[in-house]
Amino acid sequence: MSENGSAPLLTAKNLTVSFTTPRHGVVAAVRGIDLALGAGECLALVGESGSGKSATARAVLGLTGSRATVDAEELTFAGEQLLGFAERDWRRLRGARVGFVLQDALTSLDPLRLVGDEVAEPLVVHELGSRRDRDERVISLLQGVGIPDPRVRARQYPHELSGGLRQRALIASAIAASPSLVIADEPTTALDATVQRQVLDLLSDMRDAGTAILLISHDLSVVARLADRIAVMAAGVIVEQGTPDDILLRPAHPYTRELLAAVPTFGAPGRIFRAAADVDTSPRDSPTRPVAPSRADPSRPGRSHPIGRTILELDAVSKRFRSPDGTWRQAVDGVTFGLHAGEALGIVGESGSGKSTTAQIAMAMLAPDHGEVRLDGAAWSGLRERERQSERHRIQLISQDPLSAFDPRFTVERIIAEALGQPGRRGAIKARAEVTALLRRVGLDDDVLHRRGRELSGGQRQRVAIARAIAPRPEVLVCDEPVSALDVSVQARILALLAQLRHELGVALLFISHDLGVIHEVCDRVLVMKDGTVVEHGTVTEVLTAPRHPYTRSLLDSIAPDRSPSPASANTDQHDPALTYTGGNQL
Amino acid sequence: MNERTTPQARWWIRRGLLGIVVVWGAATVTFIGMQLLPGDKATLIVGGGSLGGATPEVLAAITREYGLDRPLIAQYGDFLARLIHGDLGTSYQRGAPVAELIWSQLGSTVVLALGAAVLGFVLAVVLATSTAARPRGRAVTSTVELVLLSTPSAWVGILALTVFSFELRIFPAIGNDGIASLVLPWVTLALPIAAALAQVMRDGLERALEQPFATTVLSRGATHGRLRWRHVARHSLIPVLTLSGWSLAELLGGVVIVETVFARAGIGQLLVTAVTSRDFPVVAGVVILSAVVFVVVNVIVDALYRVVDPRLRETTP
Repeated sequence: MSENGSAPLLTAKNLTVSFTTPRHGVVAAVRGIDLALGAGECLALVGESGSGKSATARAVLGLTGSRATVDAEELTFAGEQLLGFAERDWRRLRGARVGFVLQDALTSLDPLRLVGDEVAEPLVVHELGSRRDRDERVISLLQGVGIPDPRVRARQYPHELSGGLRQRALIASAIAASPSLVIADEPTTALDATVQRQVLDLLSDMRDAGTAILLISHDLSVVARLADRIAVMAAGVIVEQGTPDDILLRPAHPYTRELLAAVPTFGAPGRIFRAAADVDTSPRDSPTRPVAPSRADPSRPGRSHPIGRTILELDAVSKRFRSPDGTWRQAVDGVTFGLHAGEALGIVGESGSGKSTTAQIAMAMLAPDHGEVRLDGAAWSGLRERERQSERHRIQLISQDPLSAFDPRFTVERIIAEALGQPGRRGAIKARAEVTALLRRVGLDDDVLHRRGRELSGGQRQRVAIARAIAPRPEVLVCDEPVSALDVSVQARILALLAQLRHELGVALLFISHDLGVIHEVCDRVLVMKDGTVVEHGTVTEVLTAPRHPYTRSLLDSIAPDRSPSPASANTDQHDPALTYTGGNQL
Repeated sequence: MNERTTPQARWWIRRGLLGIVVVWGAATVTFIGMQLLPGDKATLIVGGGSLGGATPEVLAAITREYGLDRPLIAQYGDFLARLIHGDLGTSYQRGAPVAELIWSQLGSTVVLALGAAVLGFVLAVVLATSTAARPRGRAVTSTVELVLLSTPSAWVGILALTVFSFELRIFPAIGNDGIASLVLPWVTLALPIAAALAQVMRDGLERALEQPFATTVLSRGATHGRLRWRHVARHSLIPVLTLSGWSLAELLGGVVIVETVFARAGIGQLLVTAVTSRDFPVVAGVVILSAVVFVVVNVIVDALYRVVDPRLRETTP
């Protein structure tokens, strides 16, 4: 689009964005950054939540909100000065010349409108084409982003589409009016690995067709695939900028190194413990150490033969649900496995594979249609709830979203005291010492005692959830996607904490995740689930290095990046962060 | 197509049966209430006239004629059987069939209630959509709404009468003639409903405006007006529908008050007269009619939920 080849499409010099908040006064989210992006180029902004990358993206669209102040020496798009734009001018730009793709298309598409209407909206707003032209254009757009049966899909609502299709529809809507720049803010965060890959491929095709892409993500492994240049953001400034090879192979800034180290991967075992060490539980918690070396050892003697009795046993468990159209859907189909005391067993699979249903059946929150669950050799799923009540403390749950699992009115102190069998405010005061000890154990200080769920960070919340889960001294912890909602570096610390607690308390983990890298960090054995059945099981090393089932292979492929760093790096030392990205290929 | 229609039909049948059960329950409670009331019914029936002390022979004749000497269960059976045929009994006081009495008054009350409902809804939509997430307008309107909500509608009616009829003489104070006589009753009835609906609607709008899709809509170049009216307004209809049961009760109660204050003929007046003269069949008739209206409106509202929010269409009720 740019008239003369070398002139960048988007330029920002010394861009600042600050917000006026009622509590903290003026807060600078972006503190003087420089950006330049040309046509057909992809620039990635990478950083944790709160680093200012989303504020930067919104500043380019004038969507920072009424509380924000945007300032810069220069902020231009296709030669036009964006500073001082009136709302009218912004509207001319938005949708027509700059497209915006947000994460989580379920909430980013209007759930009450047809997919086709949503995709067509930029055309309607900018009055492009007649009604019939628009209908045709919508179909070809949906087709273009790889949505099968576009005519049918256009007449459906967002919730009737899978996550991947929704994200594609959202992208179709962003590019409907053929903008020359597309800003994608965490476009793949809510997606499974295979779908993530497809969406990234789609963005890559667009880039190759000449569209400039500003890609925003907290995940270096996502941007590595696509970006021509990567800018690492932390606390509102760009700490490092360069080509993917520069950033991934020769990270100069310590923050970049931390981000790289935090990506869970089976290419570099043991890494997360280093990332965790600087911030995590107090240094006197030395038990982390004995765990780490055993993980660094690829042969891992003894890991495949867990010692200890079988604590939780699922025997040919099945469960089906009724679909809205009256047909039955088999969610779990004949799943059998045993969890040994003190062992960590992973269940991996994509959404809809039945892994969460399996977890609920193991918790005896759902009764299986067929089959049986036994806890420590005794009946579990067959008991009446009244009989089960006294045993429930033996198996505890850690969920993906602890915030919704906390009573919003309860302070941390009360949440944990309740799990200790001391309900109410008085109970909390009585159990103070025990609560504090539990908080220490999960790496939190006393100062969170009187906070409520909303006032905690994502990582802190998950720590409180873990403290609550271990309070009644369980023998089994069921972890259902415990780190999926967290930034990678926080993820690493939580995983380290779980591994440490398992070691210290001898608690068995039933660990559910869609992420093979995460499973690899924590588990000894893994079950791969697809469509309600276990398609493969074995030790983590076996399954990851020699997958037998084609589905496992496709799962592995989807997390292996296509962008391999230069061949030289393949020979580097095993602890080089580059292996984070080559790991998949080596397996 | 067949797979789609079957659950739909099942849904309607379920709702219909449920509605019948509710009306039957209301009828039964009314019947029991009528039995529990003190006083001899034959005396009541006669007492309405100027006869004063009726002879035992007359009372006995009336008792036989109305079947009041038969066992309760038989009377209950008769009552239900007549109800199924649309026969609500005969007024003690006027001697006319209750159904006819209600029918003759229904028109003016429906016009009053429907008009007020539409006015209340439109007012609420305008107030909420124009002031949601706009601090200044919000502060003013939500204060006014709170005042209206906490003012009894009888008081609003009397105030309206004093200002517009007695002082300014714009609208007639009483009567059933034409649109002019309807304006004040409509407004009186609509204001508290508008106030409550505007509050929940604004809340719904503000919640929808915070959703990521609102950002998406703006990023397509849409105006704030388009975002509000074409996208977010529909989201705010969901809490409004949830409040519709309350609105209907408010409307039915309000009709009684407004018809009394403005001396309008209608179901409200009919009910008030029947209660004061202990004309139980008429009271029972109005109660059963209200139950039917409640059931019908609730079914419509449940169906509307599914129109407004496609996500609800798939979940079996």
